[in-house]
Amino acid sequence: MKEAKRKKEAAGTFPDEVLERVVGMIKSHKDRSAASLVCKDWFNAERWSRARVFIGNCYSVSPEIVTRRFPNIRSVTLKGKPRFSDFNLVPPNWGADVHAWLAAFADKYPFLEELRLKRMTVSDESLEFLASYFPNFRAISLLSCDGFSTDGIAAIATHCKNLVELDIQENDVEDRSGSWLSCFPENFTSLEILNFANLNSEVNFDCLERLVSRCKSFKVLKVNKSINLEQLQKLISHAPQLVELGSGTFTQELTANQHSELENAFSNCKNLHTLSGLWEAKALYLPVLYPACTNLTFLNLSYAALGSGEFASLLVHCPRLRRLWVLDTVEDKGLEAVGSHCPLLEELRVFPYDPFDQEIIHGVTESGFLAVSYGCRRLHYVLFFCRQMTNAAVATIVKNCPDFTHFRLCIMDPGQPDYLTNEPMDEAFGAVVKTCTQLQRLAVSGLLTDLTFEYIGKYAKNLETLSVAFAGSSDWGMQCVLNGCPKLRKLEIRDCPFGNVALLSGLEKYESMRSLWMSACNVTMNGCRLLAREMPRLNVEVIKEEGSEDSQANKVYVYRSVAGPRRDAPPFVLTL
Amino acid sequence: MEMVTRIGKFDHDDDHLNLRLGLPGTSEAREKQAPSLGSRTSNKRALPEDAEDPGSNSKCSRTESANADSALPTKTQVVGWPPIRSYRKNNTQSTVMKTPQSDVAGGNNNYVKVSVDGAPYLRKIDLRVYKNYPELLKALESMFNLTIGNYSEREGYNNGSDYAPTYEDKDGDWMLVGDVPWERLRIMKGSEARGLGCA
Repeated sequence: MKEAKRKKEAAGTFPDEVLERVVGMIKSHKDRSAASLVCKDWFNAERWSRARVFIGNCYSVSPEIVTRRFPNIRSVTLKGKPRFSDFNLVPPNWGADVHAWLAAFADKYPFLEELRLKRMTVSDESLEFLASYFPNFRAISLLSCDGFSTDGIAAIATHCKNLVELDIQENDVEDRSGSWLSCFPENFTSLEILNFANLNSEVNFDCLERLVSRCKSFKVLKVNKSINLEQLQKLISHAPQLVELGSGTFTQELTANQHSELENAFSNCKNLHTLSGLWEAKALYLPVLYPACTNLTFLNLSYAALGSGEFASLLVHCPRLRRLWVLDTVEDKGLEAVGSHCPLLEELRVFPYDPFDQEIIHGVTESGFLAVSYGCRRLHYVLFFCRQMTNAAVATIVKNCPDFTHFRLCIMDPGQPDYLTNEPMDEAFGAVVKTCTQLQRLAVSGLLTDLTFEYIGKYAKNLETLSVAFAGSSDWGMQCVLNGCPKLRKLEIRDCPFGNVALLSGLEKYESMRSLWMSACNVTMNGCRLLAREMPRLNVEVIKEEGSEDSQANKVYVYRSVAGPRRDAPPFVLTL
Repeated sequence: MEMVTRIGKFDHDDDHLNLRLGLPGTSEAREKQAPSLGSRTSNKRALPEDAEDPGSNSKCSRTESANADSALPTKTQVVGWPPIRSYRKNNTQSTVMKTPQSDVAGGNNNYVKVSVDGAPYLRKIDLRVYKNYPELLKALESMFNLTIGNYSEREGYNNGSDYAPTYEDKDGDWMLVGDVPWERLRIMKGSEARGLGCA
């Protein structure tokens, strides 16, 4: 394996084996990248000793380049489509198909163990291929992917004898049946992580129960809606060692006996630190969870439409909570309870229960957010959907919690001003970037002028990801960001008045970024062509849509790549 | 990955899902709305007209407010906005279980009152029992002893049937049963119905 790597040891240098050993201990991708740039020896030590590779944009590099550089990879993480594809802004069949990668891996990494995919297209054939050609395969995680059905999952269950992890999360999967679960062989015992919350079809419960019983190292179990409370009780009785649990449907008519059995089962789960699922959870049944909540650090209630009352009662029992995802049905009162009971909270995500209902008079407001900020001073990650906000509130919030690294505020009505003063929300985001010096990720919303972007460019020196929608006044806004944020890696913009001048002001910048997305802005084909001509190492792609004017570039995706223009672009994607 | 098409979104307590059987050709039965939310191909971006930001004018000029005809408020009918994954949207909505009638047990039914023109009393059916429109229509046919016939996208129920099933959506418009994919029908909250028959 080391072939002609023996070289004369110059005085003062390490033998290759030692160097490789040392560099092999570096785990962080960033550190490894840095090490690889030191000199040729270090470059080689790094590439030979690397076991995991993370590819943030599958088109930035080719399978050939990756396999040539890194001969010993066991774990691959691949991300495909632009993030706005999650919101239907990217047409189907755009690309990011994993198959070419799998074919290369079958050849060069036959001992591949782990594959983590995000926003990739994965067909059943690919899953079958994966199941057949990689005898050591142990872990698969699919997040926000599409193109496959439960048949593909069945292939994995059938053939991967050493499977440890099967994690199916929030994908666009064709759910044909739950029979995939029955494909795990009866002598199969290695599973530790199983997440099928994404799938709705009923599975064979007896099979599931036997599976959980015989896999003694089960750590993470997230079932789907078809599993009821009675079944859940049986499952967790077999696996009290669980560290993460996703329940099924959390409502059922239970007898007193069943109720207390369920309570007991939960009290025996001493190691639980993550809880999710809880579809249709009702106040009546939540108390069975209380004994299991003592050590809970992550509570995901984003599919349980709880009201403020039962939510507050639950929170009393979760003093160690660090991450919380909820629906806005808990309202401001619920958020006050968060502020009161969860002093260790670091991450809060509030999702809208009913994003399209015009007449809703509930949901959360700035007052709830304020309450959280007073009680949870360690808060550093927020994703907050609301229908009203004020500049003053945001300023106070960041004063209370200056350590924000991720601030994603979504005022759901596009272009909505401060509802008290009727002014733009510029000062809100100005306060965020001025106060939160460690800010890495920012999503802005509401009525915003170029001033917001002036602030961002001037103060957000650690900003890596910026999402902008329905904001800005002119090209100047985008220019401020491109000229001002040295660490910017991902910029995604939609429905803003930024045109060619703005686009082209980033000429020098885009090669230091992962990608730029601009849709429904004022960019033209000519502007894109100019960019493509000036920067040959960027891929400038325009997604052409039916009925759009020929000269307008309605959807533009620009990214750096060492693999050149992609060869699998569908007809509606023009590479300039 | 299509956007959820929403029809008849009901707010709170006293909104109605009304199934009505009427003769085809009546104006209510014929009225057809297509408030498809976030259609990808028809740039439906309706930005709020009262936005104070002068910069937004440049956006407005490119907006085709294709929803100008529909009665649904257009403010938030923008593709991919708010930015929530389709999976989350679909799965949160389907947990709607607020059925206010007293005869609903455990929130597992979706009862709807049905009335027919000329019939002496109303009936109640549980929509959850039916897997698709043909089943529902057959049940209605046998319940009321009449012919509805088959649904066709172009002609509705005009093919030799005496009655056409309609329902009243949130805006008070009478909609022809069958236009919305069955799965989407399931996300409606069941509540009091006041369907009736021919013109």
